[in-house]
Amino acid sequence: MTRLKGEQVTIGYGDHVIVDNLDVQIPDGKITSIIGPNGCGKSTLLKALSRLLSIKSGAIKLDNADIHAQSTKEIAKKIAILPQSPEVADGLTVGELVSYGRFPHQKGFGRLSAEDKKEIDWAMRVTGTYDFRLRSINDLSGGQRQRVWIAMALAQRTDIIFLDEPTTYLDISHQLEILELITQLNKEQGCTIIMVLHDINQAVRFSDHLITMKNGDIVADGDTEDVLTKDILEKVFNIDVEISTDPRTGKPMLVTYDLCKKSYSEV
Amino acid sequence: MTTKRKGKLNFTATFSIACVLLIIALMISILYGDAKIHLTTIFEAIFDYNPKNQQHNIISEIRIPRDIGAILVGVALGTSGAVIQGVTKNGLADPSLIGLNSGAAFMLALTFAFYPTAPFLVMMFAGFIGALIGGFIVLMIGRSRSDGFNPMRIILAGAAVSALLTALSQGVALLFRLNQSLTFWSAGGVSGTTWNQLMWAAPFILVSLVIIVSMSKQLTILNLGETLAKGLGQNVAFTRGITLILSMILAGIAVAMVGQIAFVGLMVPHIVRYLVGTDYARVIPLTAVVGGLLLLVADTIARMLGEAPVGAIISFIGVPYFLYLVKRGGRFS
Repeated sequence: MTRLKGEQVTIGYGDHVIVDNLDVQIPDGKITSIIGPNGCGKSTLLKALSRLLSIKSGAIKLDNADIHAQSTKEIAKKIAILPQSPEVADGLTVGELVSYGRFPHQKGFGRLSAEDKKEIDWAMRVTGTYDFRLRSINDLSGGQRQRVWIAMALAQRTDIIFLDEPTTYLDISHQLEILELITQLNKEQGCTIIMVLHDINQAVRFSDHLITMKNGDIVADGDTEDVLTKDILEKVFNIDVEISTDPRTGKPMLVTYDLCKKSYSEV
Repeated sequence: MTTKRKGKLNFTATFSIACVLLIIALMISILYGDAKIHLTTIFEAIFDYNPKNQQHNIISEIRIPRDIGAILVGVALGTSGAVIQGVTKNGLADPSLIGLNSGAAFMLALTFAFYPTAPFLVMMFAGFIGALIGGFIVLMIGRSRSDGFNPMRIILAGAAVSALLTALSQGVALLFRLNQSLTFWSAGGVSGTTWNQLMWAAPFILVSLVIIVSMSKQLTILNLGETLAKGLGQNVAFTRGITLILSMILAGIAVAMVGQIAFVGLMVPHIVRYLVGTDYARVIPLTAVVGGLLLLVADTIARMLGEAPVGAIISFIGVPYFLYLVKRGGRFS
């Protein structure tokens, strides 16, 4: 079953078309990663699928209904999105920030109900941010901050969560921490996760489904093991790779890689 | 924790203190003036008004309207500034710096030229239309193609558009020989406030304020960035549109009442955010009270200095403050 899909989607700014006539399906309850070179349209596709960006033609459908034709607040009950490096909200506490995740569920003046409070507490506990709920967001490290943003998305209580490069600017241990948290959410809550990642090995290790993109088009998509082949990576990134098996996870991994030709990859 | 962090003051306490200060300042302001008046006379004038008592007349016809006028203008300009700073995510924004005040003044100059006997309601409307035009031009120029507003571009566009509109106002003034009244408009003063003006201005200012307070959570969420706000299900264009129009109404009315007073909308929200943080549910009400307080105190000082223009008194603090903020790079708080 796929609740979320794009049909003949064309996206662009002004006259500039970035994604042209693309069909895509997001498997339910799985972790999907979108990978591809800079400027290939992966972030653009992510924004369109999460209705942040309007599309020129085609349709993005959630449960067979066009998401761009629905109220943005209704969609916010089904889809949460963590943008790439969100702006820091000066002076807000962690608890306040996470509470804004309840916004789509509130009416009128937005007083928090008992249920809202329960969800906020839960979101902070799952992400390990409960202990600093009273601290200002400014005082947190990059990794802690990222977990707060994830907590906010969780407080929305959606089945589908989008993350745009959730590990950017984090060191390796914090990257793993975030990716493990995402995996845990997928396994325990059954959330459908769609994210853009840069590190191919991380994408392979932490996702069930892989979408590879180049020049606004999908080169290959499917189960991670099927997509991660020498041929496809050459097509997508113009790199020549050695693929082996990760001795710990049993998943494929890139051992070493080089540029295919001396020529720069054409954009 | 020993380090002092901003936004850590208790809101209820801070808000109460600000209200008490406002009442004390109001008392002092009514008492102070050329004619000596006792505190008890104020209460007599309010609760047991005698039209033949000259002191009662001074209190009810000159001092109280003037002071209430000052407070309302401070409320309007402060709130307008807080909204504009929030919506444009620009810590340097102020009704005067993004063309609202000069736009309003221009429309008022036109009104004076073609409709010299215009009632105050018409002047308020002219002020609002002018603020709308000035603000629209500046925000359209300052809006970047990709995401949101560029702070420095808005400031530059604001300076250019304000200069143009001010020049046009002066042109109109010269052409129609309005010089006398326009000096007053550009310097700003509340001395001429009448009950008639207050009757029209107060409801508009207060209703706008109430709507903005009711939308304060929306403003806080908008402040998290356009992407996140949309993701949380906010209708970003709607929120921006409504709050900006309300801020233009506030600025337009303020200019119609007292002429151009800059920097109130810049300074007050900054001070308030420093005190209670960036949540607009706290920022807006406190900004309203502190804005009223600032303008009332400035007007009282202006009177002590022998009717100096209140706009000049405010600029005396406002300009250094603005330069300090520019030096810090216009960061949001």
